[in-house]
Amino acid sequence: MALSFDLSSSGGYSSRERRRGFSLAIPALIWLVLFFILPVAIVFVVSFLTRGQRGALILPLTLEHYERILGPVFRPVLFDSLWIAFLTTIICLVLGYPLAFFISTRKSKQMQNVALFLVILPFWTNFLVRTYAWQIILGTEGTINGLLTGLGLISEPLALINTDFAVLLGLVYGFLPFMVLPIFASVERFEFRLVEAAYDLGANDLRTFLRVVLPLTLPGVIAGCILVFIPAIGSFITPDLLGGTQGIMIGNLITGQFRGSGNWPLGSAASIVMMIVVILGLVVYSRIGRRTS
Amino acid sequence: MATRSMAIHIDEGRIRRDLTVRKAGKIGMILEPLFAYFFLWAPIIVLVVFSFNDSRSVATWRGFTLRWYGNILSGAVGAEARFSTELMLSALGTSLVVALIATLIATVIGTAVSMSLVRGNYPGKSLVDGLLLLPVVIPEITQAVSLLLFFSAIFDFVGTTTGVRLSPGIGTVIIGHVVFNISYVAIVVRARLADMNPHLEEAASDLGANPWRTFWRVTFPLILPGIISGALLAFTLSLDDFVVTFFNSGPGTTTLPVYVYGLIKLSVSPEINALSTLMLLASTVLIGISMALQGRNAGRG
Repeated sequence: MALSFDLSSSGGYSSRERRRGFSLAIPALIWLVLFFILPVAIVFVVSFLTRGQRGALILPLTLEHYERILGPVFRPVLFDSLWIAFLTTIICLVLGYPLAFFISTRKSKQMQNVALFLVILPFWTNFLVRTYAWQIILGTEGTINGLLTGLGLISEPLALINTDFAVLLGLVYGFLPFMVLPIFASVERFEFRLVEAAYDLGANDLRTFLRVVLPLTLPGVIAGCILVFIPAIGSFITPDLLGGTQGIMIGNLITGQFRGSGNWPLGSAASIVMMIVVILGLVVYSRIGRRTS
Repeated sequence: MATRSMAIHIDEGRIRRDLTVRKAGKIGMILEPLFAYFFLWAPIIVLVVFSFNDSRSVATWRGFTLRWYGNILSGAVGAEARFSTELMLSALGTSLVVALIATLIATVIGTAVSMSLVRGNYPGKSLVDGLLLLPVVIPEITQAVSLLLFFSAIFDFVGTTTGVRLSPGIGTVIIGHVVFNISYVAIVVRARLADMNPHLEEAASDLGANPWRTFWRVTFPLILPGIISGALLAFTLSLDDFVVTFFNSGPGTTTLPVYVYGLIKLSVSPEINALSTLMLLASTVLIGISMALQGRNAGRG
């Protein structure tokens, strides 16, 4: 490790040139500060402004928008979103972990590539299209209801769409590959001889899994959970297309405030709250990551 | 430890139970992934199948037709479908222009910053690193609305000071796409750079090449597959993006995903199934190219 680090830091450039390497970062710095950091800072400022006539943003500074977000009307939406994002992450983990193992334990390299490709391809399909597919499947006159009615199993269509269930399904579907790919990456590096060693030392299956396999693939699991949770908490297309008025998430709340004659400071406050949740999640992640490494 | 290895008495019942559990586990380890694959593919198959259905229904199969593809491509607009070939093609054109320009800018900036991070050595490097990661870890909707506020503030300011009225459009969309694309390009190119043998660069400079020449004659050809993969990823992300585009495109600019969103909101029509199938085909081709490139890399490296 130390050796390879030494090698990689001694390129064919002198130390002065390496220090000058900073200049190559300048375009990216300018772009990201101007079009990412500054805009987020503006959102932060706007979240404390008062909404004047016709949506004008005026002083004085106020905490009223945060009070509303955390108040009785919006708090349930916030908690619902957290809960749905959490459930999405757990279901993706339960579905994705064995799938990642399945892919990396294919015998030939070709089979492994095919198994991987079959996970990635749906993932590269446009997100809207994938969500729309569930709309036609779950719809009142959709595929599932058509099938069940045709078989004579139901007489009235089931209420599948415009429910929290539909949103959860759509989110799991949308983000499952985000869970599978990082876990696959850590399973690939996993030395399966360690399992044999654990058996030889008298560990049973469960113990081998909990004490050997899981800890060594945990970095992938954590990365996968983060990659699923973040877009899930901020999602807006899925609840918009599959949730109807029932399955509103914080993303819809934010969107609503920025379309038409919405309340920009309120939307900004909601964005900031969501960002804080995500950053807290990342802090926890880096703590766990440090402990496991 | 020692006592455990001594205990070699055989408990047949326990072994039998363990074997049953293991067998069940093995079957589960096959069935569960199969279910996952079914789950991943069923919606796409339903979508593709019903794009050929000779009925507006997505519930029952009424026979094969290419009518919906005909509708999309011929410009014959059904009143019911609310579909227009002209609008679709112009949205597709906008999408391609946005994706091309955003990819070009992001690839140059992203490759430069990767070089800086892998080869450079300066104070504040980890800060640049962290900044680069932010667009990936902050929810897209936050990025979208903050750009919306930012542009509206800038445009207000320019309007009141100079009297020039600016409005969001293709430019604001491209700027937004470049933000997230820089990060993704940098992730891919960095990985490639880190894998590269640095002695090659050393050799070039020992042989008298200046850093500029070293980069173009040695480093660039070696990391080119990484740059291409990064660019393809950026292009796809840009082509697919809905959220940032939706908030920053203004009324006059429509990309394909924004157009499709409008169609979905209006009605569930089989033309969307046909259009989705074509988009699926396009992504398949793109990922095929990207995988072939990566496969060639792996073979060479």
